[in-house]
Amino acid sequence: MASYIGKRLLAMIPVLFGLSVIVFLIMALIPGDTATAILGAYATPENVAQVNRDLGLDKPLPEQFWIWFTNVLQGDFGRAYSLSRPVLDEVLERFGATLILAGTSLVLCTILGLLAGIVSAVRQFGWTDRIVTFFVLIGISVPSFFLGLILIVLVALPSRSIPESGMYLAYGGGDLPDLLRHLMLPAITLAVVATGVIARLTRASMLEVLRQDYVRTARAKGVSERKVIYKHAFKAALVNVIPVIGIQAGFVLGGAVYIESVFQWPGIGQMLVTAIRTRDILLVQGGVLIVAAAYVLFNLLADVAQSLLDPRVKT
Amino acid sequence: MKRLMTAALGAITIALAAPAGAQIPDNVLIVGQIAEPQSLDPQHVSAVNDFRILVNLYEGLVRYDTGTLEVGPSLATDWEISDDGLTYTFNLREDVTFHDGTPFNAEAVEFNFERMTDEDHPYRSGTFPLAFYFSAIESVDVVDEFTVEFTLNEPFAPFLSNLAYPAGLIISPTAVMESGEDFDRNPVGTGPFEFIEWQSNTRVVIERYEDYWGEPAGMETIVFRPITDANTRVAEMLGGGIDVMVEVPPDNVAQFAESDDFTVLEQAGPHLWFLILNMREGPFTDVRVRQAVNYAVNKESLVENVLQGTATVAAGPTPPAFNWAYNEDLDPYPYDPDRARELLEEAGAVGAELTFYVTEGGSGMLDPVAMGTAIQADLAAIGLDVTIETYEWNTFLGIVNPGLEGKADMAEMAWMTNDPDTLPFLALRTAAFPENGGFNSGYYSNEEVDALLEQARTSTDQAERAELYKRMQEIVYEDAPWLFVANWQQNAVTAANVSGLTLEPSFLLYLEDVTKE
Repeated sequence: MASYIGKRLLAMIPVLFGLSVIVFLIMALIPGDTATAILGAYATPENVAQVNRDLGLDKPLPEQFWIWFTNVLQGDFGRAYSLSRPVLDEVLERFGATLILAGTSLVLCTILGLLAGIVSAVRQFGWTDRIVTFFVLIGISVPSFFLGLILIVLVALPSRSIPESGMYLAYGGGDLPDLLRHLMLPAITLAVVATGVIARLTRASMLEVLRQDYVRTARAKGVSERKVIYKHAFKAALVNVIPVIGIQAGFVLGGAVYIESVFQWPGIGQMLVTAIRTRDILLVQGGVLIVAAAYVLFNLLADVAQSLLDPRVKT
Repeated sequence: MKRLMTAALGAITIALAAPAGAQIPDNVLIVGQIAEPQSLDPQHVSAVNDFRILVNLYEGLVRYDTGTLEVGPSLATDWEISDDGLTYTFNLREDVTFHDGTPFNAEAVEFNFERMTDEDHPYRSGTFPLAFYFSAIESVDVVDEFTVEFTLNEPFAPFLSNLAYPAGLIISPTAVMESGEDFDRNPVGTGPFEFIEWQSNTRVVIERYEDYWGEPAGMETIVFRPITDANTRVAEMLGGGIDVMVEVPPDNVAQFAESDDFTVLEQAGPHLWFLILNMREGPFTDVRVRQAVNYAVNKESLVENVLQGTATVAAGPTPPAFNWAYNEDLDPYPYDPDRARELLEEAGAVGAELTFYVTEGGSGMLDPVAMGTAIQADLAAIGLDVTIETYEWNTFLGIVNPGLEGKADMAEMAWMTNDPDTLPFLALRTAAFPENGGFNSGYYSNEEVDALLEQARTSTDQAERAELYKRMQEIVYEDAPWLFVANWQQNAVTAANVSGLTLEPSFLLYLEDVTKE
């Protein structure tokens, strides 16, 4: 097991390196450069050259990349010109905010998704199943940024106690209840699609397991229905669902980009969008590196969890 | 499972039962900004969004008088300009301290401008995007503790106006020396407010400076919140999460204006929204086609229907906000499709195919896609076949600024400037062709205009400058190198209990007089 995890971690290195090269190239290829972004209407060639000199962007591309790469190896991610602070400080702070949001969403969608899936499978073709399936379909189909806006208009504005945006109150606040209040709408919005996916899969997986012989045997033995469902069937069904939860973790992390913009959540997704707009290459590189590393780690975690649950999966 | 549900319910209850925090205290003003600032060092930034914070923390030697773009005293009480226009001598206030307690004096002024203009200055780090505003400075000299003298390398009429712009705000030399690179996020000035904290993408907090030399500020604390999404900004304003909101989307202005809970403020500023026409090749080489499109576009309808009255129709290259230099005699090209068709037929350009660059949005671009499609429809009505190509803002600038030759026939553009010199000087002179380092992306060239602009820039007599600019506007109006469309009315919304806020033609947001009941 340990050697498997070690190997997977080692495999991360070429992935992250390759990714940095690709991101760097894409940022260099898209039209419009950093100096133009800074200068806007005043981007005369003369001013552009001056800004490029100030930022060290007048050096050839491979040299720029090499400087960045060797600095990163020493733990120096550079300075984000668009925020006037070290990239690492900004990225870690913002990633923390994203983890709070994505983590809450993941917990929400896992619980709700599993519950909905189980209920739906147990009452297959019943009214409960139909209603759940209907809402799951809607959940999967609604674009999350749209749902976010709808929730702001229909829930936050009339309520006056559920905030529209931000992570803490702009003035005062800063404690746990304040955070929870601000977390409510973005976490729900972000969880909706993933809930749908998990619910569907749980339903299918549960249906399959409930038809198995050992379940019939358990029922025949007189085991209570509750116990059959949660103890015998659900455990087996979970094996198929766990890798999907791992994938959803990545999805939630990626989906956070829209949600953070709609709810002004100070997370890394929103940071990346702004960084790309302002062509802040160092900030983009640092942010992508962290998100990618997290994504790979989540998948690894899901794989490990699955192998622990399912003896058939060898690692 | 049950325990989990209970825990979740418990969390929700705690969150909702806690005292609703939406109420903002009376001594705190929360301003909804359109983005996070890039830096709080005035020498490092060029965006209006950043200026809105900076002018409350810092002051310059001079500033624009309330409600105008005329330059008046601030840290300098008065000044003298030599007859040749080369020497500016400023007498400074003697009772001013920076927020770090150090005195403001002539040496501080010298430090500021040398840091910006001397590339080898020991405390120069980062970018200085507006340093070229002061490229005319030959030297800055301390005459005595409270007198400072600027020597220019050539007469440069916009100099005072540039000093009043945020690039000329004075920073504390001691603080720069102590904080180095971190000065960007630990700003120290002399303004009515001092800096407290900057939390990434969450807030910038400033507080009343108790030792301020002038009238103490009305509010104790001001919080600037970046809310990038316009819909979210509107929702925060409606929900009471912010007291002031800038740049209200046109579609929401009426909603706020009709409600008693809000006050809508409007103010014309030195802004121009126009189309650059490619005069080097294609149909727009003919002045009749350029005039035809100016007649063909229904600007009244654009301003009223697309922009919902948040702009006025532009008559020429100079915005009316520069009242002393604006030519009142010019009326906008009227909406006259018949006249446009005649001109097109004379020029033999009926049915011409045109490529039109449109941006998705950008500084001062208002509602560029909707405006672009409306213009496309108006031009189709007179028989021009216009194809739109849309680009993201930075990409757009990267394509348009190097010139339209070989790419497009027309492109959207907008400028906000602080002096009537800036835009025509950078974008209408022959010497400002993109290949020479200017913004004349449509290659307009008229010797008379070139001469007028050179002359206006070196004259120190405002009345004489005004005549020159007015003549320039007449010629450019006739030559129609651009399709003149609109002058933006900047707007803001405040909660009804906020008073004392006025919008300035300079687009700066001074908050020292604001109070809340």
